[in-house]
Amino acid sequence: MSDRRTPILSATGLTKSFFGVTVLKGVGLELYPGTVHGLVGENGAGKSTLMKIIAGVYLRDEGGLELAGQPVEFGHPLQAMRAGVATVFQEFNLLPERSVAENVFLGREPRSRGLVDNRAMARQTAALLAELGIDFIDPVSRVGSLSVAEQQIVEITKALSFDAKVISMDEPTAALADNEVELLYGIIERLRARGVAILYVSHRLKEIFDLCDTITVLKDGALVSSGPASELSTDELVRRMVGRSISTYFPKALPGTAVGGPVAAVRGGGNQYVTDIDLDLRAGEIVGIAGLQGSGRTELAEAFFGAVPFSRGSYELGGKRMPLRSPRAAVRAGVALITEDRKAQGLALGQSVRDNALLVIRSVFPRRTRAARQSVPGVLSSLEISSRGLDQEVQYLSGGNQQKVVLAKWLATKPRVVILDEPTRGIDVGAKVAVYTLMRELARDGVAILMISSELPEVIGMSDRILVMRDGRLEAELDAGASEESVLAAATGTLTDTHGEAVL
Amino acid sequence: MSVTTSRPRRRVRLGSTAIVYLALIGVIIVGAVLVATVGRNFFSDGNIRDILTGMSVLGFVAVGQTLVILTGSLDLSVPYVVSLSSLLAAQTMRGDPANIVQGVLLALGVAALIGLGNALIVTKLRVNGFITTLGVGLIIKGYLDTMYKGSAGSVPREFQLIGATGLGPVPVSTIIMLAVATLVFLFLRKTRTGHHIYAVGGSVDVARLSGLHTARPVIVAHVLCSLTAALAGLLLASRLGVGSPTVGSQGGYDLLSIAAVVLGGTVLAGGRGTIWGTIGGVAIFAVLDSVMSVMQVNPFLKDVVRGVVIVAAVAVYTGRALERRRPRFGAKGFDTARSDPGLDAAGATR
Repeated sequence: MSDRRTPILSATGLTKSFFGVTVLKGVGLELYPGTVHGLVGENGAGKSTLMKIIAGVYLRDEGGLELAGQPVEFGHPLQAMRAGVATVFQEFNLLPERSVAENVFLGREPRSRGLVDNRAMARQTAALLAELGIDFIDPVSRVGSLSVAEQQIVEITKALSFDAKVISMDEPTAALADNEVELLYGIIERLRARGVAILYVSHRLKEIFDLCDTITVLKDGALVSSGPASELSTDELVRRMVGRSISTYFPKALPGTAVGGPVAAVRGGGNQYVTDIDLDLRAGEIVGIAGLQGSGRTELAEAFFGAVPFSRGSYELGGKRMPLRSPRAAVRAGVALITEDRKAQGLALGQSVRDNALLVIRSVFPRRTRAARQSVPGVLSSLEISSRGLDQEVQYLSGGNQQKVVLAKWLATKPRVVILDEPTRGIDVGAKVAVYTLMRELARDGVAILMISSELPEVIGMSDRILVMRDGRLEAELDAGASEESVLAAATGTLTDTHGEAVL
Repeated sequence: MSVTTSRPRRRVRLGSTAIVYLALIGVIIVGAVLVATVGRNFFSDGNIRDILTGMSVLGFVAVGQTLVILTGSLDLSVPYVVSLSSLLAAQTMRGDPANIVQGVLLALGVAALIGLGNALIVTKLRVNGFITTLGVGLIIKGYLDTMYKGSAGSVPREFQLIGATGLGPVPVSTIIMLAVATLVFLFLRKTRTGHHIYAVGGSVDVARLSGLHTARPVIVAHVLCSLTAALAGLLLASRLGVGSPTVGSQGGYDLLSIAAVVLGGTVLAGGRGTIWGTIGGVAIFAVLDSVMSVMQVNPFLKDVVRGVVIVAAVAVYTGRALERRRPRFGAKGFDTARSDPGLDAAGATR
């Protein structure tokens, strides 16, 4: 392919400000064909802005952009795509009701004699998928019927159909389970072999080191460093991102934390998604749930929360049998659920920080509203939410700050059991540490915590006890500090003893 | 990743169009039995002709309405376009066969302009389609009420034949309507604009980021919708022999066409639906009406039945749409996933 020593895309001195706030300060970047370039930094460091300038979503205020040595000006994402610069955003640009082929060729449907040639479209899509080594996606199947990982492949296929020379990926693994991440690795390998330059944004440092040839670190809109990945260690990278070393990344249990009796206890619990659940959540204990996407983790959380209640077995909360029939009953009983998808399920995006923080109190405990109204500002500031004020709509906050608003909303109810489903998905390192610290504080205060996570280091680093789910069952129970390999083995069903404790 | 290279075949889900036609067959069977109880034959030529005739006018309007709804808009101005075009045609023709072409072209031309007006207000001024067409409909209604005190003009005998003749039990008007429906079906399937109508209705943002001119499909849909409404008006003029300022609103074609579209499985928010589903919805209404007329059902009760059918249909679709996760275990803990790989909730990724 092309010469690997001349950059295909080079940006110099990119600067961008919004409403007088400079979010990107003279950042330069060079992408080489057939290489993966990692872009890391906390949320608000300017990664998204940089990506969007390259993608043609934002116009830069200053600086230059050159594609294969030619200055380019992208006023619209489509211009960038036509020039061979494609971006796979976190929120997919796909139509769920249309087929894979119709999505890939949207706006450029192949025609013969003026009419859309649906067969040719399907054939060309299949060919593109085959180039990525994918043979299990049918070009005529509806995108809405595909898994998240498959939809992402469709997005990448779409980028490929533009003959992209540069593909940016924004947190491509945020919604993927570990085995799906492997699949993405394979696709990236194929793209690399084709000579595509990849700009890879991720909060997962392991991936950055697994995949990237070069790593660029941004902080507060400015370039910290840019150099070969081989010259960096994880510790050093984290230090450059946040000025903190990784030892404080997962805080240890706070002094005074004591594991008490069971707050919630399920025996033989099950419904249409999970079965044979025997689980005690004890005061002061953090229980981590690992498992693949679709293994029933979220469904277990929803059963605990009464959203999709247990239809079998017994469920006790605080020693009382609870036939939980609705989330409302669960909230009354002191259960809180921080959902996986904060934008769709956790927040009313068009409402203010204050209204969101008071949402649960107002609807479930209206008499406590007045008191909560006074305590909420304190809770919010203790979580270090940076917003322009309590009246700001939450949709304008960064992911990390949005998640803190969700946490504040539940803390206001003073829960006894807190269930966190992917609590750190898509948030920056600083906010992650804040969430971890909060979990430890809650544990110290005697709250029972159930945390679901796809990030193995997080499960291992934070849990006092690790449960692994597979096919809707609790497959194994591992001690704190188990190895990633043993968790993965249980999750994928490669344990030799499938019924008892994990065999290590 | 060998596990990902073979996938279980997805369970074949009954498409919404298939459900509509199953419902239609059900309605026909029940209707035929009911009609038989009063000693009449549902499948007689006369009855079939009545049902097909009943389908044609609503069919025209509903086909156009489908396009508009697919883009995520709505057209409430159709009944007034129907009335206006019947008047324009009848007044231009003045009973003279030589004026038929002029009359038809004038009616279609004015309708196209109204559709264009609707579309420009929706796309350029960014007024919601519901409000836009409500307003434009009121404007036309005001014009009609002011200018006409009753029927006006007359259409020549030759033109009346369109509404009166048939091939066996199949009226010519229904054949024309089905031909238009077929053209629209091909338009949606075989043209880029047709594809983009779904795209814009599915997500304007996705459409824009894919480089579509997002206004264009909406404009085309609105113009075509007004045109099919004008065809309905022409057909009514042919049947009545005159133009009428109230024929559209009396038919209730605004809400009835929307109901037929939704009954046909098209999502009101846009982006999903088929023309044949709409035709099925129209047929269900026509069969219901015919059966109730034969049974001499109280006209108010007719509306009750129609209302029940609409609400029940949407309830069924909504229930299906909510079924986003497939259950892994049955009510008694029976592990359905392991006995049937097609129900595997993890899909391809396991």
